[in-house]
Amino acid sequence: MRVNGKGLIDRSRPVSFTFDGTRLQGFAGDTVASALLANDIRLMARSFKYHRPRGVLSAGSEEPNALITVKRGSDAEPNVRATVQEIYEGLEVRSQNAWPSLGFDALGVNDLAAPFFSAGFYYKTFMWPRAFWERVYEPLIRRAAGLGGVSGTASAAEYEKAFAFCDLLVIGAGPAGLMAALEAGRAGVDVILADEDVQAGGRLLSETHGVEGLSGSDWAARAIAELASMENVRIMARTTVTGAYDQSTFGALERVSQHHAPSKDAPRACFWRIVAKRSILAAGALERPVAFQNNDRPGIMTASAVRSYLNRWGVAPGRNVVVFGNNDDAHRTAHDLRAAGVHVAALVDSRPDARVTGDFPVFTGAQVCGSTGRQGLEAVTIRTQSGTEKIATECLAMSGGWNPSVHLTCHMNGRPEWRDDIASFVPKGGAIPGMVTAGACNGAFSTHGALAEGQAAAMETLEALGKKGAKSDLPDAEDTPYRMSPLWAVGGTGRAWLDFQNDVTVKDVKQAAKENFRSVEHMKRYTTQGMATDQGKNSNVNALAILADVTGRGIPETGTTTFRPPYSPVPIAAMGAGAQGKGFAPERLTTSHHSTVKRKAPMIEAGMWYRPSYFPVPGESHWRQSCDREVNMVRDTVGVCDVSTLGKIDVQGPDAAAFLDFVYTNTFSTLKPGRVRYGLMLREDGTVMDDGTTARLSDTHYVMTTTTAAAGAVMRHLEFVHQCLRPELDVSMISVTEQWAQFAVAGPKSRELLNGLLDMLIDNDSFPFMACGPVSVGGVDARLFRISFSGEHAYEIAVPARYGASLFEALNEKAAALGGGPYGMEALNVLRIEKGFITHAEIHGRVTAFDIGMERMISAKKDCIGQTMAARPGLLGAEREQLVGLKPIGAVKQLTAGAHLFDPENPATREHSEGYVTSVGFSPTMGVFLGMGFLKNGRARHGQTVKLVDHMRGIETLCEVHGPVLHDPEGGKTRG
Amino acid sequence: MGLSCMIRKGVRPVVELLAKSPAEGLLPYAKGAVELSELALGKAASIAPFKGQLDAVEKALGQGFPKVGRTTGHVVWFSQGQYLAIAMDIPDALGKYAAITDQSDAWCALELKGAAAEDVLARLVPIDLRQSQFKRGHCARTQLGHMPLHITRTGNDAFRLLSFRSMAGTMVHEISRAMDLLAARR
Amino acid sequence: MRLICPVCGERDRREFYYMGDAVALQRPEPDAGAAEWDDYVHLRENPAGVTRDLWQHEAGCAAWIVVRRNTVTHEVLESVLATDLKGASA
Ligand SMILES: [Zn+2]
Repeated sequence: MRVNGKGLIDRSRPVSFTFDGTRLQGFAGDTVASALLANDIRLMARSFKYHRPRGVLSAGSEEPNALITVKRGSDAEPNVRATVQEIYEGLEVRSQNAWPSLGFDALGVNDLAAPFFSAGFYYKTFMWPRAFWERVYEPLIRRAAGLGGVSGTASAAEYEKAFAFCDLLVIGAGPAGLMAALEAGRAGVDVILADEDVQAGGRLLSETHGVEGLSGSDWAARAIAELASMENVRIMARTTVTGAYDQSTFGALERVSQHHAPSKDAPRACFWRIVAKRSILAAGALERPVAFQNNDRPGIMTASAVRSYLNRWGVAPGRNVVVFGNNDDAHRTAHDLRAAGVHVAALVDSRPDARVTGDFPVFTGAQVCGSTGRQGLEAVTIRTQSGTEKIATECLAMSGGWNPSVHLTCHMNGRPEWRDDIASFVPKGGAIPGMVTAGACNGAFSTHGALAEGQAAAMETLEALGKKGAKSDLPDAEDTPYRMSPLWAVGGTGRAWLDFQNDVTVKDVKQAAKENFRSVEHMKRYTTQGMATDQGKNSNVNALAILADVTGRGIPETGTTTFRPPYSPVPIAAMGAGAQGKGFAPERLTTSHHSTVKRKAPMIEAGMWYRPSYFPVPGESHWRQSCDREVNMVRDTVGVCDVSTLGKIDVQGPDAAAFLDFVYTNTFSTLKPGRVRYGLMLREDGTVMDDGTTARLSDTHYVMTTTTAAAGAVMRHLEFVHQCLRPELDVSMISVTEQWAQFAVAGPKSRELLNGLLDMLIDNDSFPFMACGPVSVGGVDARLFRISFSGEHAYEIAVPARYGASLFEALNEKAAALGGGPYGMEALNVLRIEKGFITHAEIHGRVTAFDIGMERMISAKKDCIGQTMAARPGLLGAEREQLVGLKPIGAVKQLTAGAHLFDPENPATREHSEGYVTSVGFSPTMGVFLGMGFLKNGRARHGQTVKLVDHMRGIETLCEVHGPVLHDPEGGKTRG
Repeated sequence: MGLSCMIRKGVRPVVELLAKSPAEGLLPYAKGAVELSELALGKAASIAPFKGQLDAVEKALGQGFPKVGRTTGHVVWFSQGQYLAIAMDIPDALGKYAAITDQSDAWCALELKGAAAEDVLARLVPIDLRQSQFKRGHCARTQLGHMPLHITRTGNDAFRLLSFRSMAGTMVHEISRAMDLLAARR
Repeated sequence: MRLICPVCGERDRREFYYMGDAVALQRPEPDAGAAEWDDYVHLRENPAGVTRDLWQHEAGCAAWIVVRRNTVTHEVLESVLATDLKGASA
């Protein structure tokens, strides 16, 4: 029911929205919760486990009950708190966890079966039979219990992630936070003021007492206006600081566009990482409910929530209201309602000595001990010294006292401290380095207390930042003492709810204790108390007070569970924002990419690079046709392949040669300028790390190539070796992978092709095998390397990358004229398998130089990385699996990578495995599948037969073992 | 072997190679209060002075070298012990004192300019770019999303961004996407 | 988590590559014997408390640094360039 003359809503701007299909009206400034209450709708949700009818318990982000789904289709967002969602024109709201409707929920029968669902029910009941878990119990539970559903379609919603930096982060814009931000802002430090609400002011927006003669909301508005005028202050509204992390880094979720209709590109939310030199926590406090029988009916809410609905949103949650509390603060609710003309049916204070005056019936030393009503509260039962009495009411405003919001101070393992006078926990100083706490989150509940602590926190922070702050006069504000006497649960039979979201009752906690789950952490997990999306914000303290009571311990001794980030739910999509598609892995495109795609080559990913699989020509319908043709092309004429993706590292300096001698197993100091050498690099444990060719351009200048996959790791390794092991060496490195576009030109006609293109002619004398040197093409300075990964007469030519696309075209044009053309990764792979060249399929991180037959490349004349450990016993000898070539010899001709090798006499079981296959390819040159793999004592077994078994694909092939090199073993073609 | 053995074919090269810039065809892009465009870096070379040779390098180049994270004239700090000389002629003699490596084609250079440039970068770059901390001429090596980045503040609301040439497409995509999302806020 | 690079200043952890115990700086002589090499390559302490680890500012200036850090409190106590440490011990 709307109350005239109350609230901060804009009555000149009506807003219509729907709830379960019904069109309703609210005003700008309303939340879904306030607008529903204004329309006299109290039933908003069904509970998680028992499908009990529920309404709002609170008016803020701690809301456990009123979870709704907003929007529809792929835009739908489940589990939105009705108390946080602002209404906008056309907003669609749907209730959750009810079927067929909120009013009649078939699964409400769960409530009748409640005795079977008590604490530990799942653990006890669903123990066996084991097979039933997946097929029976889980689907059953999932259907019966739960929150909102997912839409089933991929969400198109955008999320953002961003970084922010400041001197001071103020968390919360209530009186304490505003005062702190004002003082720090005036002193000139960079301040970020973050508050989860739309509007700054915190409780000031919900209370009738003012500040400095202004209403609370006007004072807050004035403070915000002053802060907004400061260049050094950044105000972040709708932004919840969700976590405190190491080195004063905070996570914060900003609701960017959830308060208006979805629009193109507008991110739904933004997840901020805020790095602050210092922080002030002014997070306020949350009111706790009181446990009594059936304290969960729609219409029963906290006393402060009733004040919020009345004073901030101009809504009375009932035509008449009973107020029930254990503290003076609750009295405000009765007074505010009365002043607004709402009928107060009774004020019930559990303290016999409570002093209350008011124009309504007052019961002191009394308790509310039960409630009735079908889908909403109709009456409460109160117990006084003289007996029980039933009072008809639509709303119960209850207060068990206030819990400071200490959550963030616990995120780095800090434990809060118990304070008897307020019967709650307060933060322990220094729990978060650089953080000071102020106001209600610190146990200072009056407005004056909040302002004073906010100011003090600012002064302390300014001093720590080395700034001088001029203390302003504190604004006048109420300083009412907070008088309370603990009341956790009202005695009686029946279910009294603690955790509304997870349907945990007082009885559940008692049962946990009875079954010896006495530790608060055990009780939590046994009962699921505090494990829902609200993390037990309203219920944890009550629950552990009850646990303390039944176990005969004090509350401080019982302790509290650990508050972990996030303070309130953060969508995974927000944390992972920007990490989809290109943002997940940048695409690295070679200069020949566009031309390659135009030639319809399917691209495959190689790390972040995109490389062509093969280049189909008309008439080819299967990749093997293209691959076979490309292999034959390279063997017969000439092929062109972009090899720019290989890592290229410039190594320069007076000690460049000595450095390479140390990182490579073989010697590079003896390499002559203008020559290239194959190098093998080990890890310090003796395992092969990478291989590639390195060219010596001058005495002090080398260019190393790495495999595409290991380029980054090798660069890091080189820097490690230099900086951490051999800093005395005068050498420097820089990647030149991006600088050069490099193309392999391979095949018997490669030189002919190049001579048709280069500005000078080359021959075998000017460019013998393994030569390198500067050339010029089209007037552009280029580098030419006579190296081969195919076993053919081949070169690699490199030009500055800006010319890459153009050179690729020119090379292909010339190649075509010679009967050649481009080739892709498939052909490249077959070519190297025919020639027995290794890739990371072979040097996969577990093989040694010995295993690949290169132990002689470890020079004994010098030390190098990995040399000592490579000589360990067990890494050399017949027991090692050694690199071999494989050829099918039986009826089955297929080879598969990943298959294992067995003695044909032995069963194909794990204990008989003698090796495995690493690479296979159909060799058009030999007309047969060829494989490479590792076989125990393989080098001594050439000519023997082994059985290849691929259990995954059901393939069994008899193979002949041979040396890895099949094509042109003498190397005559390469030397050409 | 070597150059002397090669036979020059004629005065005119047989092919003409056309140069293409890393982000060719992708830019400029403007959205909200920001503009993204490609910069022509021109000749760029990394200079890593050999041990104890910084003075000699400065003398040979006739200019002082910047401190970490700073720019002096055409020379920007690039990495530990490494500088990038942009649009400068490097005398051959410098090779005696420093490792010189051509980087003219290695980087995609973009300019992000406009009142909201800093806000766009806050979505992608994990370092403190506040004007008070990262002033004109300041530069840093960091990341742009998952890409490597060298960033220089070139004006009150202008930044030069260098990332790998091969990542130009992703770079443009990421920045323009951040611009779109920022501009769509209201 | 944020680490201090002695060259670049304080940066987000994402810019750093983690290698492990700074014992990696003390490479034995080739003839130091199996036990010492085994120690160097394989054996590591795993203290609850202060550690000395090697990190590389890989996405930054490429410097390798030794970071002293408390694994219990997550406090970062000190960052030193590996080259400075090696220079001091040489
Ligand atoms: Zn650094």
